[in-house]
Amino acid sequence: MPSSILAFVWLVPALPLAGFVLNGALALLRPASKRAVSVIGVGVLAAAFALAVAVVFELARLHPEAPLVFHYWPWLPVGPLRIDYALQLDPLSGVMLLVVTGISALIHLYSVGYMQDDPGYARYFAELNLFVFFMLTLVLGASFPVMFVGWEGVGLCSYLLIGFWFNEKINADAGFKAFIVNRIGDFGFLVAMLLIFRHTGSLDFTDVFARAPTAFTAGDRTITAITLLLFLGCTGKSAQIPLYTWLPDAMQGPTPVSALIHAATMVTAGVYLVARCAVLFALSPVASAVVAGVGALTALFAATIGLKQWDIKKVLAYSTISQLGYMFLGVGSGAYAAGIFHLTTHAFFKALLFLGAGSVIHAMHRAYHATHSHEDAQDMRNMGGLKAHLPWTCGLMWIATLAIAGVPPLSGFFSKDEILGAAFARGAAQPAWYVFWGLGLVAALCTAFYMTRLMLYTFHGPNRTGDAERAQLHEGPWVMTGPLLVLGVLTTLGGVVNLPPLLGGGERLEHWLEPVTEGAARLAPVLSPAPGIEGLLIGVAVAVALAGLVGAWRLLDLERLVPARLAPPERGLGRLLWKKYYIDELYAALIVRPVVWMSREVLWRLVDQRLVDEVGVNGAARVSRALGWVGSQLQTGELGFYVMLFVAGVVVVLGAAVR
Amino acid sequence: MYEPWVLTALLAWPAVGALAVLLAPARWAKHLALGVALIEFAISVPMWWTFVPQAGMQFRLDAPWMPTWGIHYTVGVDGISLFLVLLTTFLVPLSVLGSYSAIATRERGYYALLLLLTSGMIGVFVALDLFLFYVMWEVMLIPMYFIIGVWGGEGRLYAAIKFFIYTMLGSLLMLVAILALVLVVGRRTGIYTFSYEQLMAGLGNLGPLAYWLFAAFFLAFAIKVPVFPFHTWLPDAHTEAPTAGSVILAGVLLKMGTYGFLRFAFPLFPAVALHPAIQAGIVVLSLVGIIYGGLVAMVQPDFKRLIAYSSVAHLGFVMLGIWALTLQSVQGALLVMINHGISTGALFFLVGMIYERRHSRLIEAYGGIARVVPMFAAVLTVVSLSAIGLPGTNGFVGELLVLLGAFQTHPVAAIVAASGVIVAAAYLLWALQRVIYNPLDKKENETLLDLTPRELAVLVPLLACIVWLGVYPKPFLERMEPAAQHFIDTVKR
Repeated sequence: MPSSILAFVWLVPALPLAGFVLNGALALLRPASKRAVSVIGVGVLAAAFALAVAVVFELARLHPEAPLVFHYWPWLPVGPLRIDYALQLDPLSGVMLLVVTGISALIHLYSVGYMQDDPGYARYFAELNLFVFFMLTLVLGASFPVMFVGWEGVGLCSYLLIGFWFNEKINADAGFKAFIVNRIGDFGFLVAMLLIFRHTGSLDFTDVFARAPTAFTAGDRTITAITLLLFLGCTGKSAQIPLYTWLPDAMQGPTPVSALIHAATMVTAGVYLVARCAVLFALSPVASAVVAGVGALTALFAATIGLKQWDIKKVLAYSTISQLGYMFLGVGSGAYAAGIFHLTTHAFFKALLFLGAGSVIHAMHRAYHATHSHEDAQDMRNMGGLKAHLPWTCGLMWIATLAIAGVPPLSGFFSKDEILGAAFARGAAQPAWYVFWGLGLVAALCTAFYMTRLMLYTFHGPNRTGDAERAQLHEGPWVMTGPLLVLGVLTTLGGVVNLPPLLGGGERLEHWLEPVTEGAARLAPVLSPAPGIEGLLIGVAVAVALAGLVGAWRLLDLERLVPARLAPPERGLGRLLWKKYYIDELYAALIVRPVVWMSREVLWRLVDQRLVDEVGVNGAARVSRALGWVGSQLQTGELGFYVMLFVAGVVVVLGAAVR
Repeated sequence: MYEPWVLTALLAWPAVGALAVLLAPARWAKHLALGVALIEFAISVPMWWTFVPQAGMQFRLDAPWMPTWGIHYTVGVDGISLFLVLLTTFLVPLSVLGSYSAIATRERGYYALLLLLTSGMIGVFVALDLFLFYVMWEVMLIPMYFIIGVWGGEGRLYAAIKFFIYTMLGSLLMLVAILALVLVVGRRTGIYTFSYEQLMAGLGNLGPLAYWLFAAFFLAFAIKVPVFPFHTWLPDAHTEAPTAGSVILAGVLLKMGTYGFLRFAFPLFPAVALHPAIQAGIVVLSLVGIIYGGLVAMVQPDFKRLIAYSSVAHLGFVMLGIWALTLQSVQGALLVMINHGISTGALFFLVGMIYERRHSRLIEAYGGIARVVPMFAAVLTVVSLSAIGLPGTNGFVGELLVLLGAFQTHPVAAIVAASGVIVAAAYLLWALQRVIYNPLDKKENETLLDLTPRELAVLVPLLACIVWLGVYPKPFLERMEPAAQHFIDTVKR
């Protein structure tokens, strides 16, 4: 085996790491050398993708039962604790490897066009390369701590890239918020690791998952605590209730970053984590229900907010949160393969949507720039009728819209349908899942509606940019439209990787992932609806999708829309949705401001400065000075006084001794 | 030849160098001091390879000093003190180089004191005789007092006196405790000695006296660490000290407190240290340090003061690791001690460098400067990430080991401590944002100069350690493991 290509799996993350080192050096020393930066930045990703394809083909040929673990060097060897830098290759990390390197390569290429005029070009590619390295560490890591390196590393890159244009406070704020909210989730991950080590004596995936069924009894408190803590990590990284609030703000970053990190790859890490730990979650029905419930609730909650956003990227951000909710509904229902399936198709169509939005923003921005206008290039009220100017983008984004809405035969239809089917099937045993299914279905209606709204407002109806700007609108260079085309093909055909038998498919992804999920399946079997019911569910889902599409088309009046600066303020329910249910304000009032106030006024000013330092330390100093003064008064210089004191002292000492 | 004499050479060489600096012309002072410090480092480096992890105390030298009083000159290091010695010899040349442009007055005195301080610090870490230990403890106090008081910022006098009185108070109590210990043990065994090893051997059951002696040692070391509520000298001293003073204070001097616990307070009085109420109290104080130190750091307007409070939080992890008393937690504590020296040292250097350009320590004086000084911003980012324990940096491995170990014996405390990672991210990244990000809205900042080659020479070794310890800490861990195990065995005996 060492002779096979698999021995080079370390090169897949090492290539982008090398890219980071080289581009980082260029960013600091020769930031203007854009050509070299592009060649390195895109080149390492192309090479990594090619290698990943070769590796996964080899893996498929061997099809090993157990994961292949590659140990590189001992990282934390302390007594019985042994943590190695080790990577692991199995069907699950294989899928992730392809998705991550493939989408990353496309988005790096797209960025060459999108970021061409940016003075931070080299820094951008350095940070984007670093992100891919950490993301690959996350999906290839063979133990919880190594995965955690990637887990926090992608958070770091997300932080750096959200605040990429750091001289604007709103961007820097957004990056900071993302890091802190993610750290709250990481705290859960960290404590879960402590519990896992204490109860299984290891942190390596192979050991932990092998020992879990004997170390824990199904449903006991420890395993529920572990899985819920891990899920707390997921709610941070994958933007679920209650820690989702950073993701909409993260849209401050460059749009390709939103596409790669905040849609296609990083935010799906939580779903990957649950699928990776399928055995643990299968042991805790409570935690699985929480995962499914939070997922379903988030799917609907975020979708409703998406109905009333005007910023094109904000709509997509809430859409991402909502779609991640579906994935958690899937993995929480024990349908791990379905969750990963939706993760994959979502990576295709959401990357396409974001890159398409990027093309729109790029065009709008250039038009405004050329005319020295200061309008918002991301507000859909300033767009309209862009179909004529960006025909490719428009067509491709329609494909993605139909896919995310769940219209057959596009990829999103199959994966969403599988998740809803699995949730419904579970309802027979646990009725709560009928509620989750219902939430998912209503969310699907909203999804179809807000996506159609986005497309209509952006590309159709009258143009609202203004005449001078209109003349400047056009498609970006081929490096931008090329990746869109590839993603369009993947979005259209992606469903074939896991076609259900009902539609003549062989559920290839499901079978591919079996070595990973069978341990969990033994503990909690995956349920699927009876064939008759399945057909009915598909019918309902398609009807709902079409209802959303047609509803948006009929209800929205494109003629009445006015540019953002002329728009009347929102009222009533619309305002509540537009203001995102005031959750950010609520968090600020209940958590952020009280903590800062308490730290400043109570802990620092009162406890530290007043009590400890003023009363305690300086108080002691004053007391000793007073005692010193008393002492100094005794220094009269008169011999008689000293003799008297001496005698008094002797009497006291003698008295004490005699008694 | 090397092994018995290396520690004495390390102890004496900087003092000799200090004398040379005083006698040489003033314009040579800094170069001479750098040379002395580099040679000191070169002397210490072979210890890394000649040290035998399983061999316990080594590089020993024992010579009578005041034999009638049972006082010997006894030195040696084990896997605990080895790294503190190396950390000291590593940080001193960087501190000298980092002072090149900051110190413009009375250079000879400054560099001579810095070198004398080095002798004192080495002495504290290698002394195996309690009297020698006490003398060295005082020797290091005085140069630091002058460094803060003469070359410090505006509030230097208050800070220096506060530092001095605090430390003096603790050390006098410690002296009383040392004398009492020698007398009590001497009365029982008939041998009056200050030898650490003989005292340990002849200790026996001290009864209630042990509580008083422990209290005195505790106070001396707790002030140094510092443990809440004995910490308020630290923000003043760190903030007012010149850059190199802050670096040495944070990097080395604070470790004397935790080292004191590891070497003396804990092993000499294990029954007291492990008394459930006392143990619980100290664990709670270390948690207070982590959370309270972090929260107070978050709201500091002064960048140096912020870093000073962050030290309280980091040292809380060390205390927790020591008191949790598992192999992982003790080794984690040792790693955090080293890491804190590196990361916080680097932070103080960076703040000092920007202070030299702009003459303000206030966070709000900056903003958006990453555009003007990208190299500075990049280094500050990496160092901040290591200070908040990002995996892949040194900060993470230490904290993870402390938490993993502490969770075995004190699960609730470990969970509370783990929440400290959130606070750490909040205080450092918020400061980072307000310094290097946000709008570049002050004219004075538009012309700042980026790091010079000399400044890079100070920072690059620290950056290298951040990555080395984060990615491959094994060489450190394998050298300290037997000593950590020995410590636990001694205490649990």
